[in-house]
Amino acid sequence: MNKSPNILIGSAHPRHKKRERADTRFRWYGLTALGMALAFLVFFFVDIIGQALPAFHQTEVRVDVHYSEAVKSNYNAGIDHKLRRIVSRAWLRTLPALLEKQPELIGQTRTEWVPADSRVDQYIKQHEGHGLKEKYQKTVDAMAAQGNIRQVFNAAFFSSGDSKLPENAGILAAAVGSVFTLLLTMLVAVPIGIMTAIYLEEFAPDNHFTRMIEVNINNLAAIPSILYGLLGLAIFINFMGVPRSSALAGGLTLALMTLPIIIIATRAALRAVPESIREAAYGLGASSLQTVWHHVLPLAMPGILTGSIIGLAQAMGETAPLIIVGMMAYIPEPSSSILDATTVLPAQVYTWSTESLRGYAERTAAGILVLLTVLLSLNALAVALRNRSQQNW
Amino acid sequence: MKKILLATTAALLVAAGTAQARDQIKIVGSSTVYPFSSYVAEALGSTTKFKTPVVESTGSGGGMKLFCAGNGMDTPDITNASRRMKAKEFKTCQENGVKYITELVVGYDGIAIAQSKSAAPINLTRKELLLAVAAKVPNKNETGLIDNPYHYWDEINPKLPHRKITIYGPPTSSGTRDAFEDMILKHNTKHWKVYNDAGYKKFHEIRQDGVYVPSGENDNLIVQKLTKDTAALGIFGYSYLAENTDKIAAATIEGIAPAPETVQDGSYKLSRSLYFYIKQSHIGKVPGMLEYANLFMSEQMIGDDGECADIGLIPLPKSLRDHYRADLKALKRLKASDLKKKK
Repeated sequence: MNKSPNILIGSAHPRHKKRERADTRFRWYGLTALGMALAFLVFFFVDIIGQALPAFHQTEVRVDVHYSEAVKSNYNAGIDHKLRRIVSRAWLRTLPALLEKQPELIGQTRTEWVPADSRVDQYIKQHEGHGLKEKYQKTVDAMAAQGNIRQVFNAAFFSSGDSKLPENAGILAAAVGSVFTLLLTMLVAVPIGIMTAIYLEEFAPDNHFTRMIEVNINNLAAIPSILYGLLGLAIFINFMGVPRSSALAGGLTLALMTLPIIIIATRAALRAVPESIREAAYGLGASSLQTVWHHVLPLAMPGILTGSIIGLAQAMGETAPLIIVGMMAYIPEPSSSILDATTVLPAQVYTWSTESLRGYAERTAAGILVLLTVLLSLNALAVALRNRSQQNW
Repeated sequence: MKKILLATTAALLVAAGTAQARDQIKIVGSSTVYPFSSYVAEALGSTTKFKTPVVESTGSGGGMKLFCAGNGMDTPDITNASRRMKAKEFKTCQENGVKYITELVVGYDGIAIAQSKSAAPINLTRKELLLAVAAKVPNKNETGLIDNPYHYWDEINPKLPHRKITIYGPPTSSGTRDAFEDMILKHNTKHWKVYNDAGYKKFHEIRQDGVYVPSGENDNLIVQKLTKDTAALGIFGYSYLAENTDKIAAATIEGIAPAPETVQDGSYKLSRSLYFYIKQSHIGKVPGMLEYANLFMSEQMIGDDGECADIGLIPLPKSLRDHYRADLKALKRLKASDLKKKK
């Protein structure tokens, strides 16, 4: 009971200050790292949103449209010669079909608001490199002074597919393609992935063979996604004869890619279910099937769903394997079946980013914004599912 | 429930294998022709009752491979190319039963050597370009080949500025790279004694010591890099130059700047023809093929004031346009002998 009087404790110790300082420094390193990550994120969002917002407005011009017999064979006749480069050619092209439907229009000249050409649109939005020739700039300036130019919500962005005329380019076809592809991926990858995981976790004997499978699955989750594209091309398109560029080919390829992720997530969720639950079920005389189906699986469900959703979200943002199976193409019409050629959102974004016309730049950003929104909602759903049904053992 | 889903998927797989008939044209091929081809595809889809053709950008070589794979309905109907079909590819086509092919030229594409607008103007010859990018160059006395030692333009020709050589260009997969190799490397070395002596008849190796930077298929990226690195030059398609005149300017090649007129009259040397090939066995089986080809070849599209010219195509002279229209009308068959002679 004889405490030595020269042992210093607490803040009195000479090394205490040093340790405290190191502590503070460490905290600051962490904060700086977090701050940088946040700064990158904010910069990214501000940049993308800033570029994307103009895409949601489309310039319209008020012009005289001449509905005449001549328009049926030459749509350019519908508009004064000097205005032909001002209005959208995509709109001009629809005139003959309109006259087929409404022949009573023939012979009339109407003053209408019609979509402007993308170059005019970019000029009005004062974007550098709008590409509008000077003689047209004067025409447009004059029209603006007379109040014949306005900006409206760009509904075409959501209601039309890809187009070579930026003012008419939208995400509909790609969105439909993404939905088809993702549904297929889900239908294939989720059941197969869950069943594999259940077998490996609940039934498989622990031997070299199953351990080898385990290692391989973990490896598969990490290999570059483009390899799955090559696999998909070899198996589904060349061997099974699935049509190139179709949602079926893309969906199956992405399913291959998502499988390991789902298997790993499911196994982790199954492993988190306490052994006592299984033992209790067996103790009451339940069979293996009953134990898994009635007790283990329902308890592991939130974890499985979270893993699956995150796997599917990743599949949704994937482009590389889809290039190989031919989904990076000009496909403007929304597909009506899973065998039709189709494209997906990230592929659409990439296609636009390679276009030389300036009007595509803002559409690229807008496409990214739409994709991000969908992905964030999917991830939010995963988090919500996890929080809602979290179990504490 | 899950079993039903699995069964449905399996059934779909089987169904996919048998689904052969097609009501939509499939087009593959060159990324250079792609913008024009898809533009015409869209026009066909929106002005006629035919479905909009699917246009996939696979590169000229990739397109030929798919096109020549056979006559089945799962093969493409049309392939675009930024160069002529090679005799070897024609042979593959013949061996796989793709007997009758019609060849059409839609216009020209120029390759532009460009730099940042703020850089001092530069004039280069094709030979100087070769010496800047080739992996092997002749030594001083032209007695043998050495690894490319040049890092500044004035080392190649004292009259050129003392400027670091950096060239951003397309990677090997690209059609623009093909054309660049043809027009700069093969063209110059074919009749250059020192290369022939070394056994290189058609030398096309590009240096890999970081002076030539392959920059992906994305030409926008090259434009961005040029605005940052004002000493560098970039190689890309003429349409990108035309769209980005606010940021980049063309270098003159042998005193000539790229422009529609200089390409047409042949005085600008870095230009090439753009082709597409029609699989005749699919005409009649896939609706709209001839309508598509006719629309593509029409004055409205590829004429002097045509819609494709608006998006960067350099039109053919009138006489050639008429010539190819006649070929299309007659569905002229491509022969192996056509591919040998120079056009």
